[in-house]
Amino acid sequence: MTTTPAAVPRAAVPLPSPLRIALARAAVETKVLFRERDAVVFTFALPIVFLVLFASIFSDSAEGTGVTVAQLYTAGLIGSGVMGTGFQNLGIGIAGDREDGTLKRLVGLPMPRAAYFIGKIASVLVMTVLQVAILLAIAVLFYGLELPAEVSTWATFAWVFVLGVSAASVLGIAVSGLPRSGKSATAVISLPFVVLQFVSGVFIPITQLPDWLVNAASIFPLKWMCQGFRSVFLGDAGAALELTGSYELGKVALVLAAWLVGGLVLCVTTFRWKGRRDG
Amino acid sequence: MGHAIRVRGLTKRYGEVQAVGGLDLDVEEGEVFAVLGPNGAGKSTTVEILEGYRQRDAGEVTVLGRDPARPTREWRSRIGIVLQTADDRAELTVRETLRHFATYYANPRDPDELMEQVGLTDSAGKRIRQLSGGQRRRVDVALGVIGRPELLFLDEPTTGFDPEARRRFWELIEGLAHDGTTIVLTTHYLEEAETLADRVAVVARGRVVAEGDPATLGGRATAKARVTWSDGEVETDNPTAAVLQLSRRYDGEIPGLTVTRPTLEDVYLRLIDARDPLSGGVPVTAAAVPVESAS
Repeated sequence: MTTTPAAVPRAAVPLPSPLRIALARAAVETKVLFRERDAVVFTFALPIVFLVLFASIFSDSAEGTGVTVAQLYTAGLIGSGVMGTGFQNLGIGIAGDREDGTLKRLVGLPMPRAAYFIGKIASVLVMTVLQVAILLAIAVLFYGLELPAEVSTWATFAWVFVLGVSAASVLGIAVSGLPRSGKSATAVISLPFVVLQFVSGVFIPITQLPDWLVNAASIFPLKWMCQGFRSVFLGDAGAALELTGSYELGKVALVLAAWLVGGLVLCVTTFRWKGRRDG
Repeated sequence: MGHAIRVRGLTKRYGEVQAVGGLDLDVEEGEVFAVLGPNGAGKSTTVEILEGYRQRDAGEVTVLGRDPARPTREWRSRIGIVLQTADDRAELTVRETLRHFATYYANPRDPDELMEQVGLTDSAGKRIRQLSGGQRRRVDVALGVIGRPELLFLDEPTTGFDPEARRRFWELIEGLAHDGTTIVLTTHYLEEAETLADRVAVVARGRVVAEGDPATLGGRATAKARVTWSDGEVETDNPTAAVLQLSRRYDGEIPGLTVTRPTLEDVYLRLIDARDPLSGGVPVTAAAVPVESAS
């Protein structure tokens, strides 16, 4: 190769800023995510298929409150979508990165390690925003969903969404170390997610569950995320459908924040950059 | 010229297995240094400690003036690593991958120029997933050198290459060495070490058992030469005299004449052969193989 000798220009130019590298990671992660076409199609299709199914199966409004099935399931499926992309897809994706040598290669680069996580979470954010937009569009166009008009309601949506995506993503990062290999990741990570969807008010209204199941589900973030989204899409009329007659937004914020912090601690203490076979 | 790498008394143990046991090594700035040794000899473990991937149990290690156990970004930016196996980033194209990796460095090589140099220009728009094994390996090498490293680690870089691809790869490495890059190479191909390396170290049973110029390693240059011809052969310290004598006998051309010294392979095989009294002639450090081959 006939380029300038390696040693000469060294110290003169500073390394690119961590922010610049984080942005580059975000761009690459998002690009790669959308290139896996089958994964993209199914990620976007899943909540839509559920919405169509549930709206067809349960067509009447709930218990005379004027709350429609579309409202109920839109809220639940947004929660489920956030959890699916943040927790499930991200967890499986990172387990794959660990298996195929991506993490090992990245560790060998002059990359601030946080840039990897920022890139992952940014890609989750982009994916989830699109997913929600498509779901809302279909609910509005085909199932007569009325979007809230007040700015304050959208502000609630924004903080529940951001807190939810963040908590789900750090949990996804934390859970990625659980499967023994990239191959088993899908099975290992999907089970808790599927179970949570059944007990957190995504598929089945939480009022129809036995107490002990509600108590168990209340430990986990999905129940609270869905509750937060119901406050947005069902409005005051729907509060009567909640177990406590209120959306308990303060508690929603508290539980999601607690999971975010707990997840971060788990990530910092347990994250492995090496595969198990790398010793 | 200072040391790019200095290792004293390096040890590393995996459970019961002593992978590296008191290894010493010096690599000078600007030289091409090959590490040879059988699987399980401690080669990969040593290199991974030097690269900052693994923590050592004991010993002193300095790489580009720093302890690799505590890598900084600045230090990482001066080092290039070509891993043994990598099948990541399959959905990006070659060009995208190189451009992305360039963003990590202060003064990267131009991705397009680099693609030209490693012979990937025609595959620039292909996704990594669609590349052949040899093309993929060239991407790995390109990623290893894109940041203009002062020190480049190549872990078995040409495994699975056809002879022509290997020659082209060697030219690439010679070019880098010519530009002053220090190169540490592990390989199973002794011909590769002989072509590229200024010095080689043979690692067996977790230590360096021989070190030096590949042409003189293990007394190669001064060992008895073997002169063979159609009707006989002789081992001698004075091959020239033997040939002159034969030439007179045949009155000119000697039929089927060859003069050989021990090849690097001969020397290597003798060096790694179980001299360890404990191993009793069984393949050396057989117990370490599962750990090493997996890494």
